[in-house]
Amino acid sequence: MTGGIDPIRRVSILGAGRVGTALARTLVDAGYQVTLAGSGDPEAVEMIAAFTAPGARARWARDATSDADLVVLALPLHRLPSLDPTILADRVVVDAMNYWPPVDGIIARFEGARHGTSIEVRDVLGLDRLVKTFNHTGYHDLEPDRRERGHPDRLGMAVAGDDADDVAAVVEVVERIGYDAVALQRLEFGRLIQPGGAIFGARPTADDIRRTLRPLIQRAA
Amino acid sequence: MSDPRPGALHFGIGTFAFQYDDAHGDPVPGSQVLRDVVEEAVAAEQAGLDSFGIAEHYRRGMMDSAAPVVLAAIASRTQTLRLGTAVTVLSTQDPVRVYNEFATLDAVSAGRAQMIVGRGSAIESFPLFGFDLADYEALFDEKLDLLMRLLRDQPVTWAGRFRPPLTDQVLEPPVAAGAIPVWAGVGGSPQSVIRAARFGLPLMFGVIGGPLSRFVGLSRLFRQAAAEFGQVEQPVGIHAHGYLADTDEEAIEAFWPVWSGMMNAEAPKRGWAPYRRDRFDADIAAGSLLVGSAETVAHRLATGMQLVGATRFDFVAAGSRMAHADKLDSIRRFGTEVVPRVRALLDPSPTERAAR
Repeated sequence: MTGGIDPIRRVSILGAGRVGTALARTLVDAGYQVTLAGSGDPEAVEMIAAFTAPGARARWARDATSDADLVVLALPLHRLPSLDPTILADRVVVDAMNYWPPVDGIIARFEGARHGTSIEVRDVLGLDRLVKTFNHTGYHDLEPDRRERGHPDRLGMAVAGDDADDVAAVVEVVERIGYDAVALQRLEFGRLIQPGGAIFGARPTADDIRRTLRPLIQRAA
Repeated sequence: MSDPRPGALHFGIGTFAFQYDDAHGDPVPGSQVLRDVVEEAVAAEQAGLDSFGIAEHYRRGMMDSAAPVVLAAIASRTQTLRLGTAVTVLSTQDPVRVYNEFATLDAVSAGRAQMIVGRGSAIESFPLFGFDLADYEALFDEKLDLLMRLLRDQPVTWAGRFRPPLTDQVLEPPVAAGAIPVWAGVGGSPQSVIRAARFGLPLMFGVIGGPLSRFVGLSRLFRQAAAEFGQVEQPVGIHAHGYLADTDEEAIEAFWPVWSGMMNAEAPKRGWAPYRRDRFDADIAAGSLLVGSAETVAHRLATGMQLVGATRFDFVAAGSRMAHADKLDSIRRFGTEVVPRVRALLDPSPTERAAR
């Protein structure tokens, strides 16, 4: 047992697009209580949730995060400034986002993000409990690629964060939805799993992730 | 006028007008590729297909930069084929110009113009035409609004951010309100699906992989949203790539180098990892890549259309990347072997229906 923080039960997803709804379906399926919030009124998200993520509840972002054990950021990165960081204070927050110029436009801050985009997200929002995961799989692969524990074809998912307890809590979520989690004990290793990195979109196993990232991590150390 | 009517089946061909290599491995000139596209459209009509759609890109090796011009050439060689796009990147075009071109195409083709409009997943047109990617969403919303007003309700008085205002504007040539079918092309974003429903447009899912089941909820969302917006129910379509041959194995082995080459050329630009064979096989099994014998493809297509509730299917024959002869062959097989089989599977005769 890691035992650092209580197991996660309530998950709040910010962003009701492709990624947010795919994550919502997956988490509902794994037995989590899921709320989904868009950029405004939950009424707009309610219909999206009803059809694309049945079982997830639409709420205002502020209400959804207030009692969440885990908040997942699944909005387009260029919308980040629209987020009120105070609603994320003291929460374990997952960054499932990628910097995607075709959708985000060119954003200097992320273009020059030497330590990875999650470090910038952390600094922009003033977060201290940020964990990066879910981002290196395609939103349309997330569900079909799930496998039960012990399945020979079970794929891996990297989980990068600075706080060991927070990483452990997110690792448990990843394991429960259907992937072998590989913990990376620094948020800046998130740069290794973002677009352009060796495992991005590669559908790797946990061994693939360890084998690919170990030399890169050793070099960084 | 609503065309195609909800429930009526519609099968088309799509192309990206890729340059390809001749038998000696030399690239065929772009001008020849465009003349080939015209021939492919003629073959599509002869094979009994309903429509032909040309994409829009601005990059090396792709000749699809001016679809309406090619469609007009096709119009003069065909009689029944609907002439369209897949997609018109509306975000970086002037809706007034789009109206001018498609109203003219509709006139010279005696009412056969149609289009699919989308935001586009390629972004070259933004810097090329002087648009800012930061306006990606606002551009599309504004331009779709203006285009639909021009097509539905002239004279138009309108003001927006991205072009000068219009006052009691009437454009020539005239087109009856709603006569040119405009479909909304979407990649899977729920917000895009709701936008299409809000505008009362039929919906086209652009598929490049992954299980088709991911469109099931979106298709239901589309219908529910249209009802809430008080819009008439509109059809749903699927646009996907594939290749046909005598046997599944032959088709799969011939298409693998073409498709993986295409995906892997795109991978570094988009930060994707290399496209692997297991993914290819999974996409074929899931029906998002239609590769195989006519019989296999017909069954996968019928299953996929039923699953998603789609009544239209646009087939990008040979990924549009193979040689002209391969494309012609896939177009003919699709029209004469696959489509009749899919129609029978989806729309059994009254006797068969009664027997159920």
